[in-house]
Amino acid sequence: MHRITPLDHTHYDEMLAPDQDTRPSYQHFANWLNQAPLAWLRDKQSEADTLFRRVGITFAVYGDESGSERLIPFDTIPRIISASEWKTLEAGCIQRVTALNRFLHDIYHEQDILKAGIIPPEQILTNAGYQLAMQGIDLPRQVYAHIAGVDIIRHSDGGFYVLEDNLRTPSGVSYMLENRKMMMRLFPELFANHDITPVEHYPNMLLDTLRSVAPAEVDNPTVVVLTPGQYNSAYFEHAFLASQMGVELVEGQDLFVKNGHVYMRTTSGPQRVDVIYRRLDDAYLDPLAFNAGSMLGVPGLMSVYREGRVSVCNAVGTGVADDKSIYPYVPDMIRFYLGEEPILHNVPTWQLRKPEDLAYVLDHLPELVVKEVHGAGGYGMLVGPAATQAEIEAYRLRILEDPANFIAQPTLSLSTCPTFVESGIAPRHIDLRPFVLSGKKVQLVAGGLTRVALREGSLVVNSSQGGGTKDTWILKEDITC
Amino acid sequence: MLSRMAGCLYWMARNMERAENTARLLDVSLQMSLLHASSQDDLLVPLDVTGSTADFLRHHHTPTPQAVLHYLALDGDNPGSIYNCMRNARENAHVVRVKITTEMWEQVNGTWLEMREWQARGLDTRSASAFLEWVRERSHLFRGAGYGTMLRNDTFHFSRLGTFIERADNTARILNVKTKQISDNEPEAENILDYYQWAALLRSVSGFEAYRDIYRDSITPERVAELLILRHDMPRSLRACFGEINKVLGRIEGQAGRAARRRASEIQARLTYSSIEDIFADGLEQTLDSLIGDIILLGNTIHHSYLEAA
Repeated sequence: MHRITPLDHTHYDEMLAPDQDTRPSYQHFANWLNQAPLAWLRDKQSEADTLFRRVGITFAVYGDESGSERLIPFDTIPRIISASEWKTLEAGCIQRVTALNRFLHDIYHEQDILKAGIIPPEQILTNAGYQLAMQGIDLPRQVYAHIAGVDIIRHSDGGFYVLEDNLRTPSGVSYMLENRKMMMRLFPELFANHDITPVEHYPNMLLDTLRSVAPAEVDNPTVVVLTPGQYNSAYFEHAFLASQMGVELVEGQDLFVKNGHVYMRTTSGPQRVDVIYRRLDDAYLDPLAFNAGSMLGVPGLMSVYREGRVSVCNAVGTGVADDKSIYPYVPDMIRFYLGEEPILHNVPTWQLRKPEDLAYVLDHLPELVVKEVHGAGGYGMLVGPAATQAEIEAYRLRILEDPANFIAQPTLSLSTCPTFVESGIAPRHIDLRPFVLSGKKVQLVAGGLTRVALREGSLVVNSSQGGGTKDTWILKEDITC
Repeated sequence: MLSRMAGCLYWMARNMERAENTARLLDVSLQMSLLHASSQDDLLVPLDVTGSTADFLRHHHTPTPQAVLHYLALDGDNPGSIYNCMRNARENAHVVRVKITTEMWEQVNGTWLEMREWQARGLDTRSASAFLEWVRERSHLFRGAGYGTMLRNDTFHFSRLGTFIERADNTARILNVKTKQISDNEPEAENILDYYQWAALLRSVSGFEAYRDIYRDSITPERVAELLILRHDMPRSLRACFGEINKVLGRIEGQAGRAARRRASEIQARLTYSSIEDIFADGLEQTLDSLIGDIILLGNTIHHSYLEAA
């Protein structure tokens, strides 16, 4: 019997309610866990590590001399979400991504939302993610963010909040799939006891999505995954997705432009490419259009793209919508384009470009989290409650230099979930990234990537900052007790 | 298949085969150099065959067994060292890991991890033979894993192509260097030294037992040359290698490889219909020189047709 004590009652724990009762969705699992000997669980945990290493499900730097890759720690205790909670999350994600796609189409066409005065035009038009080259171009099905990763946390009030929208090249879906495979291998008996929604068809759904946005005149589109190469930290994922979809994994050097089309170099001659699922930022896509020094892209790609003879997923220029300075406007976008109230909340956000927000934030730095608007991966942020006086003062100077470069949010209380750690099983903070696909329709597999901060008390779940992952179970039906 | 992927498969196999061939050469040369300690010629053979004599002499004054061993086995600065061959093979395999089987990937990756341990420990002439045996074993495993698990599609064909081009090239070069070396021998020392040198050559291509099996007679240059150039049943002979190269080229999909196929067929026809008497009449050295040239040309044609196409 393992007693797990929640951190304190200021956090929502996914398994344990404040009265120490197990929440209904965790009932079966908790019974099972309580009967499982700790030593056996430990063995399973290390078996998982060995398997992950052997299969080579790895992250980060391959290029070093030693040829060693890093594993993202995998935790064997799943995060379980009830059917009704998922229904809300799913509807909320679909609503959000639908609005974001409408927004992207709008700002590259009529710009109604700017004309309506909902977002200040300079916020968009001077944004680094805004691509003038996309103005007036019509994309198949008017989809820009074909693959979106929405980062969601559960707050101490039990509600879900969106932390950010990843619309450029969101990663992590391979872990969602591999984590499930691993859990089924380690604990088959658990799956007999639970009615868990499958996620294994994601690659299929992704391929359908990509094919559905091919240039109009193409019958049987050729899809490729474009990777920056084997030294990229997410190369495993790129290779994984290409092989799961049964399409070629290409690098820029494999593609070329001729007679207005994109081709790949194959052993039986040039083969036309219709849809490119790119895992490469805009700036590297085409040295003729963007960063001239980049060797990663395809010269001339943008001209073919603008002519509509190849589809690029996600579309060029989506970055303007996943910027932290645009994030505060997403609820307004939902109201403006869909005429609906947002299902998922934003985290209250101060925009430091606004004088009154700036004044408030400067007065309350020790309580707040401050981030750069273009920051990613948990780098360059200030976590007020965890920072020293000197760190806060140094950050204050950075803010004053260029206030518009920052946003601030209250210190969030991420929910906790029981997690296997050195000392046994203890609560650790988690978040959730479901993957939303937009093609013929907007849809997602019932699941996502749960990231967990393995250090006690830490709120940073990014893999680049020592976070781990868990399998995420969406139950098919609510369990009532 | 993507040309770049095909190139990685081809070079993955070539690199692994090259590591094995270098190991065979080194093994025999080290033994020979111990046999008659006064001569440095034997130590120069593997350097000559791998075309790295000049580079070696630039860095090391005298070819001591220890220096040659380190240079060809572990030296990270020698692009042709066994260490670098295995490293390149692993890099190539990493790019195509979703195309090759798990067994194959684990084999190449495991080899590389052990290789790093060998390199960290270093080698001396006492540990050399254990190391060189290990290299041969890993190469056998690599080929075996590929042969035993891969789908017979272009992924398989391109890796086999790399294996046999490299092997043909290696056999021709060994024979060539040895032929030159033996013809330089002092006439009076001839008999006994020649015997050991031809025997060493046979051992370096695993041909000693085959020779005994087939000829049951003393070792003569004509028979050694016949075995390694013309015998279809000797796996490392040029004719056997070209038999495989032609088979593989015929199975690769598409029409891009016509030039390569024609070139390979021409070479094979010559090897099939020549006799050893013809070859000696033309001069063994000249024949080998021209065969080595043909193999290089074929390699370039393969590159041009498939690996850097479009």
